[in-house]
Amino acid sequence: MKPLATFHGGIHPPENKAQSTVLPIAGASLPDELVLPLSQHIGAPARPCVEPGQQVLKGECIATAATAISAPLHAPTSGTISAIEERPVPHPSGGTGLCIVIRPDGEQRWAPRHACAAWQDLPRDQLLAQIRAAGIVGLGGAGFPTAVKAGTRPDRIIDTLIINAAECEPYITADDMLMRERAAAVVSGIEILRHLVQPATILIGIEDNKPEAIAALQAATGNSGIQVVTIPTLYPSGGEKQLIKILTAREVPSGGLPADIGVLCQNVGTAVAIHDAVVEGRPLISRITTVTGASCQQPRNYEVLIGTPVSHLLALAGWDAKRCDRLIIGGPMMGFSVPDAAVPVVKTTNCILAPTREELPPPPPAQACIRCGLCAEACPASLLPQQLYWFARSGEHDKLEAHHLFDCIECGACSYVCPSSIPLVQYYRASKAEIRHKQREREQAERARQRFEARQERMAREAAEREARRQARAAAAAAAQAAKARADAEARPEAPIQPAADPVQAAIERARALRAGQTGDSSAASSTAPSPRQQAEQKVSTLEARLTKARKRHEEAVAGGEKTAAALASVVEKLEQQLAAARAELETTEEQT
Amino acid sequence: MIDLLAQHPLIAASGALLLLGALFGAVLGYAAVRFRVEGNPIVDDIENLLPQTQCGQCGYPGCRPYAEAIAEGEAINRCPPGGEDTINALAELLNVEPEPLDGEVNPVKMVAYIREAECIGCTKCLQACPVDAIVGAARFMHTVMADECTGCDLCVEPCPVDCIEMRPVATPWQWQRPLPPEQLIATDRHSSEVPA
Repeated sequence: MKPLATFHGGIHPPENKAQSTVLPIAGASLPDELVLPLSQHIGAPARPCVEPGQQVLKGECIATAATAISAPLHAPTSGTISAIEERPVPHPSGGTGLCIVIRPDGEQRWAPRHACAAWQDLPRDQLLAQIRAAGIVGLGGAGFPTAVKAGTRPDRIIDTLIINAAECEPYITADDMLMRERAAAVVSGIEILRHLVQPATILIGIEDNKPEAIAALQAATGNSGIQVVTIPTLYPSGGEKQLIKILTAREVPSGGLPADIGVLCQNVGTAVAIHDAVVEGRPLISRITTVTGASCQQPRNYEVLIGTPVSHLLALAGWDAKRCDRLIIGGPMMGFSVPDAAVPVVKTTNCILAPTREELPPPPPAQACIRCGLCAEACPASLLPQQLYWFARSGEHDKLEAHHLFDCIECGACSYVCPSSIPLVQYYRASKAEIRHKQREREQAERARQRFEARQERMAREAAEREARRQARAAAAAAAQAAKARADAEARPEAPIQPAADPVQAAIERARALRAGQTGDSSAASSTAPSPRQQAEQKVSTLEARLTKARKRHEEAVAGGEKTAAALASVVEKLEQQLAAARAELETTEEQT
Repeated sequence: MIDLLAQHPLIAASGALLLLGALFGAVLGYAAVRFRVEGNPIVDDIENLLPQTQCGQCGYPGCRPYAEAIAEGEAINRCPPGGEDTINALAELLNVEPEPLDGEVNPVKMVAYIREAECIGCTKCLQACPVDAIVGAARFMHTVMADECTGCDLCVEPCPVDCIEMRPVATPWQWQRPLPPEQLIATDRHSSEVPA
């Protein structure tokens, strides 16, 4: 065994773990209703696959994984779905979220379970599918879907599997009690993980303040090749990156994952959940949760069904609401307070802390930073918390990123040691949120720009196409006109003159004919001119055509109430007279012939 | 030749200077042609700072034309959607004094919403949308893709039946900065919790 490495900084807050390890784990009783938030993990919220009013059996899937990074939900007990609605959820926002509410029938009837005792024979994919279907997420606190984490890509070789049993945060003893009482299940879960990722070494990192758990694990591991490594108690040695540094002396690169340096880290509670899911066919429907704090008469660990209201658990532990100052989900360092005890226990709830005011007094008002540098000494990520603080206050996001704000694990060590009690972590969380928000806005702006440019391009293209079509049409029209003109020019000399078609021409012809007749000239003009009878007939037909046209225009003018109606009426009258005269002329010519 | 130069240092010096001048001039002339930059590179930098809502509130038909105008000397305070942040960023980029915003800023992000029952499918809003965020066809109902809408409200005015309204976007919860201690009044200092 090579000597242990250390990470930078770290603090020694009062442990306060003894209170809740006096009594063994107890099974929590069945509450009146179970509230299961759809988003209990990192990734997309689960998608409900049940309807209100539907009967469900214990372990039945009630919501499916929505995307690749998501986890399904299972009914923690048999009963009826009473609602799918917004309920308060354990979240720092203190807000609500969509939840499936189950009214238990108290019978605890199990749905068919798919246990596979011979998991060694199962292919890797099938084993991962089983873990995924059981809805297992990292139980250490972050809640990342375990199947995604364990299903590393084939090109990533994992040489070290680390089981995180450090449980460094004060007050929390859930993993400690789990290891004391279920060490065999822990080892069984680790064996399944070993089968999955085939690591060269398996290390269980456990802080030296848990001697019973260490003994239990050492007894259970025997000579299986799993090493139980006792590490000094130091907060936050249970942070993934910090534990990896202690056990392997390797550092996870900034912005990278443990898999980048060949390490996979899983929580000890997750290992037990994997054992339950694979060997017993029991999906993740319960977890061990510490209920502690001076306002509880009987602090202890409970095996509690997911979805149990926190108030129910607190009642079991003899909670005195009057003495309790605030309710904290998680530990005193990284937990968050919730305004309402109605929130349910979710997959990541490892501790419910109900301290009195004397026990965990509210932080005094923040004073000015005196640049003492204690925070930089305590920071386990080797950051410069006071620089980050100044940049966060002045909103200098680029400098925050240059000072690796996103490597901050929000452990709270800097705030803990700050003599001015500045809530440093809150500044970092807010700054991270602001930077992510800006990032999203930039991405949206970039997309809007691309869409705008695509639209401009499209409009320019369409305009060009329209212009091209217009020009093509104009060219076609010009060509047609030219062709027609050519055809007319060719046809005109041959075509007979149509006097009826052109009254002016007809009138000229008539005048010529008349002159020729009057002069009695028998020239070429008179020979080509039509006979007097034909002339008269043409005159009549022309006048008839003009008359009908004039009448029509007159009628239109009358109907439209135009001023020209009177003038048109006189035109019609004149034409009628002319027509009568022409008819008389025609008759006389007929008589002459 | 060398004798001449040695005897007349004035000529030698002038000649040398002329020679150097011609040499550097040739190098600069070549570089001006060889490394010629097309367009004004500052326009891209300015455009990256603009919020890309393409709303035209600056009086230019889109963010790019406004960026070009700024590069030509237009005022930097014409962008209400960008607000003070954009003005400050532009002032820093262009090394000018930030100016107060010309116009009113709406701090809440809005997106257009079509009351679909009232939509007559006239496609007028489709033509107005600068980012093609409205889908629909003639005589079919239109709808806004909320994720793509920049909230420019250019579609509201052309709608003949006034069925488009601007709705505020629900912002997801995020951690807020602690109130600076200066904001705690003296009587609260002895006991106040730092607001969560």
